[in-house]
Amino acid sequence: MARGSRWSAAMRTPIGVCAGTVLLVVLVLAVLGPIVWSSRASQADVAAMLQGPSSDHWAGTDNLGRDIAARVLVATRLSIELALLATAITVTAGLVLGAAGVLVGRRVARAVSAGVNIAVAFPALLLALFFAVIFGVGAQGGVLAIGLAGAPAFARLTQTLVAGIEQRDFVAAARIAGIGRVRVLVRHILPNIAEALVVNAAIGAGGALLAFAGLSFLGLGVQAPDYDWGRLLGEGLAGIYDQPIAALAPAVAVIIAGLALNLFGEALAKGFGLTTPRLKMGRPTPPPVHGAPAADGAVLDVADLVVTLPGPIQPVRGIDFSVGRGESVGIVGESGSGKSTTALAVARLLAEPARVEATRLSFLGNDLLTGSDRTHRRLLGTGLGVVFQDPMTSLNPTRRVGGQLAEVARQHDGLSRRSALALAVEKLRAVRVPAAERRARQYPHEFSGGMRQRAMIGMGLMGRPALIVADEPTTALDVTVQRQVLDLLGSIQREDGVALLLISHDVAVVQQVCDRVLVMYAGRIVEELPAAELAVGARHPYTRALMAAAPDMDTDRDQPLACIPGRAPGPEELPEGCAFAPRCSRASDVCRQEDPPLESDGPGRRTACWHPVIAPSIVDMETAGQGHE
Amino acid sequence: MTNPTPGLLDRPTVRFAARRLTRFAVSLWVLVTASFLMLHLIPGDPIRAALGMNASQDLVNQRRQALGLDDPLLLQYWDYLKGLFTGDLHTSLSSQLPVAQIIGERLPATLELAVAAFALAIVVAVPLGAVMGVITRNGRARRAELVFTTAGVIVGAIPEFVLCVVLVWILGVQLQWLPVAGKTGFASFVLPVVALAVGPAAILSRILRVEMVAVVGADYVRTARAKRLPAFAVYAKHALPNALTSTLTLGGLLLGTMVAGTVLVENVFAWPGLGSTIVSSILGKDYPVVQGVVLVYGVGVLAVNLLVDVALALLDPRSTIREA
Ligand code: SF4
Repeated sequence: MARGSRWSAAMRTPIGVCAGTVLLVVLVLAVLGPIVWSSRASQADVAAMLQGPSSDHWAGTDNLGRDIAARVLVATRLSIELALLATAITVTAGLVLGAAGVLVGRRVARAVSAGVNIAVAFPALLLALFFAVIFGVGAQGGVLAIGLAGAPAFARLTQTLVAGIEQRDFVAAARIAGIGRVRVLVRHILPNIAEALVVNAAIGAGGALLAFAGLSFLGLGVQAPDYDWGRLLGEGLAGIYDQPIAALAPAVAVIIAGLALNLFGEALAKGFGLTTPRLKMGRPTPPPVHGAPAADGAVLDVADLVVTLPGPIQPVRGIDFSVGRGESVGIVGESGSGKSTTALAVARLLAEPARVEATRLSFLGNDLLTGSDRTHRRLLGTGLGVVFQDPMTSLNPTRRVGGQLAEVARQHDGLSRRSALALAVEKLRAVRVPAAERRARQYPHEFSGGMRQRAMIGMGLMGRPALIVADEPTTALDVTVQRQVLDLLGSIQREDGVALLLISHDVAVVQQVCDRVLVMYAGRIVEELPAAELAVGARHPYTRALMAAAPDMDTDRDQPLACIPGRAPGPEELPEGCAFAPRCSRASDVCRQEDPPLESDGPGRRTACWHPVIAPSIVDMETAGQGHE
Repeated sequence: MTNPTPGLLDRPTVRFAARRLTRFAVSLWVLVTASFLMLHLIPGDPIRAALGMNASQDLVNQRRQALGLDDPLLLQYWDYLKGLFTGDLHTSLSSQLPVAQIIGERLPATLELAVAAFALAIVVAVPLGAVMGVITRNGRARRAELVFTTAGVIVGAIPEFVLCVVLVWILGVQLQWLPVAGKTGFASFVLPVVALAVGPAAILSRILRVEMVAVVGADYVRTARAKRLPAFAVYAKHALPNALTSTLTLGGLLLGTMVAGTVLVENVFAWPGLGSTIVSSILGKDYPVVQGVVLVYGVGVLAVNLLVDVALALLDPRSTIREA
C-alpha cells in the first residue's frame, strides 16, 4: 500500500475521524484562542466575581471576575505549544540516543543503550522532577524537563526499530558502499521506521501535554502571569468550593486534548498495520438424511456428525463411524480434510463459535448430545484420554508436570494431593518416563518433546480410559522418537484394552498402529477399510493415491506429501459433485455433478466413489504419481 | 536433560536472581550518582539561589561549607556515599532539620498511600481483566469488548491529578461524603487511593483481557478442558497465571509510575507525605531535601520493579531462562 493511502486508511476508522477532528479543533483554537479571547480573558470585573454561567460569561467568572471560558480557550495555545516543544525535544534526544548504534562506535553505543535501559525504568514524572530541579522552575525549565524525561522511552523504541532495519540487506549494502553514518541513518533507516516514530510521537505529545499540565498544576511549570491549563486547574482547585467550574473547565480541556492526541496516534498505528483477512463464503451442504445403525457395544458411536464454523463453512460434513472396545481406528487425510476437527468434535472439545451437530454421538453408551458438559464431566474426564499434536504447547508452562497429571485424579476421583501425585508418578513410569519421581516435580520446559508427549499420554491414562483420541501425536516429534511414541500407544491399546482413535496425515503411521482405517477428504469419509487391506485392497482413487504417495517406514519422513497432483480443497471452496474429482484420474461427468454416497461394499468396508477400483491396478498407481509396491 | 545435578550457578533461577540483583545494584548506583550530581548540574551557585539575593555572603559560605561544596568533586562524592551508609543526608537549608529525619516523618504516609493504591489497582484489574477475557474469548460478546476497551482507553488516559479534581468536586464538594484534604482516618484514604489506582487499573485490566483471550485459545488450556476440569479451574488455574505473566511483563513498569503518581495526588489532597515535601522543596530550592526525596522515590521504583521480577519468576519459571 502506498504511504498516502495508508494515512487515509488510518483516518477512515471511526476513532481516527473523531480524534482527528477534535485534534484539528484544538489546534485551530491554539492558533486563534489568544487572538480572539485574550482581552476578555484578562478583563477583571470586580462587580462580577464568582458568577455562575450566564449569557455574558457562559462558564461563569473567577475570583477576579474574569471570564473562565475565555481563559481556558486562551490557555490552549500555551498548553499545546509547550507540549509540542517538549515532544520535539523528546523525539530529537530519543532519536539520537536510540540511533547511537548507527552513529557511533560499538563501545559507546553499548554504554548509551545500557544507560537508556536503566533510565527507562524510572517513571517520566520522576525524571521530569529531577530535570526541573536542574533547569529551574518555569515554562522553559519545564519544557526541557518533560522533553528529556520522555527521551529514554523514545530512545528504547528507536533502538528496537533501528535494530530491526539494520539487519536488512540494503543497509548493509549502503554501509559497504562507504556511505557515511549520518547519511545511512537519514536516508536508509529513518524512512523505514518513520511511521512507527510518528505514531509514537503523537502518543508522546499527548503524554507531554498531560505531564506539563501536571507540572504547572504543582506550581513547577508555567508561572504567573502566564497560564496554561495546568495552572488554571491548580488555581481552580484552590477555590473549588466557591467556583467549581474554574477547576472543571480546564480539567475537561486537558482530558479532551490529551485523549485526542493519544487516540490519533492509536488510529494511525491501526491504519499503518491494517490487514483484515477477508473471510470466504462457502457453500454449506444440507445435513445428510440418513445415519448408519448404532453399533453394539461401541466405545464411541457417531452418526451424521456436522461441524459448522462461522462463515458459514463446514470442515466436517456429515460422517458416521464407530470405535469398538479395545479397537484401534485410524483417520487419515491431508490437512484440511476435517480429521482433526472430527477428533475434537467427538471429544467435545470444540468451543464456540464452532457448532457441532449429529444425530448420534455416544460414548460408552452415554448420549453426549443431551445434557450439559457438567453432566458428562466425570465420564469424559476419566474415560476419554486426549493426546494433542504439539507436546511443546499442550502442557501448561507454569505448572509442574506431576501436578498437571494428578489434577485429573483429584478432580474426578477425589484423591488427596499426595495419593494423586503418587498415581501420577506411577503413570509417568507406565509411559516410560525415566526417573519419574523427579520428573514429576519438573516443569514442562525441562522435558524433551518426546518426553512431554509421553506425559500427555500418561495424563490420558490417569482415569480408567476406554478410549484415547490421539490427534497427530507424532507429527511434531523427531523421527526416532515418533516410533517410540507410536509403540507406546500401540502397547497401551493391546495390553490394557484401551480403544484408540488415531488421527494422522501419515498413512504409514496409521497402517502400523491401527486395525481399521477411515480415509477423510474434504470433510467426509471417502473410504473405510481394514488397515491390512490398505496396501492392495483400497478402492477409492484417493486412498490409492495416498498409498502410492506414502513413503514406507524406512524412507525419509521429512519429504512433504506432495506427490498427489493438485491440492485438497478447503471447506470454503468445495466443487460440485465429488470433491476429489479435480484431482482424480477416473473422474467422469457424473463425478463432477453428484457427490457419491458412502456405501457399504463388503464386510467392514465402505467406499464413496462412482468408479471404485475393484482390482489392484498398476495403471492407477502410476497415474496417481509414482509407481510403488 | 540428562544431567540431574547442575551446579548452583547453572540453575536458571539462580542465574536469573543474580542477573536481576546486578541490574538492581547498577541502577541504584546510577540513581545515587544522579542525585549527587543534581546539585552540581544546577547552573550558578545553588546555595545563593536557595538563600536569595539578600542573604549575606557569610551565610552562603557557611552553608556551602556545611555541604562540603568547596571540596574537590570526588571527595564530595565519597562523602555523599559515606553519608548514605550512615544515614546522614545533610540538613535542610530552610528548616535546618536533618533530611533523614524529614524523610522518616514523611515516608510512612506516602508508603501507605502507594501500597493501598497498588492493592486496589490489582484487586480491581485482575478479576475484571480475567472475567472480561473469558467473556470475550474467541471473538464473543463483541459489544462488551468494544465498551470495555473504549472505557479503558478513556479512563486510562485521564491523568491522576485531573481525576482528583473531578473526584473532589463530586464526592467532596457536591455530596460532601468524603474529606478532601489531609490524612485523618480511613475515609481520608478513599479519594487519594482511588484517584491513584483508577488509571493503572484500567490499563492493566485492558492488557490482562487481551492476554487472557490469547491464553484461553492456547493448547494447554485445551488440554485442561480435555481433563474436564470445571470451567473455573480451567480459567483460574490454567489460563490466569499465564495471562498474568505476560500482563506483568507488559504492565510491570506501570506500577513503578504509580510511585511517582503519588506526588501529584498528595499535592491535591494535602497529604502529609514526601510528595508535598518534594514540591515545596523544589519551589523553595531546598536542594538537600530534594536530593534525599528523589533518592527515596527512585529506590521505591527500583524496588517495585524488582518485586515485579520476583512475581514473574514465581508465576512462570520459564521467565527465568527465557532471556538467558
Ligand atoms: S467419484 Fe469419481 S471423481 Fe470421485 S473419486 Fe470416484 S472416480 Fe474419482
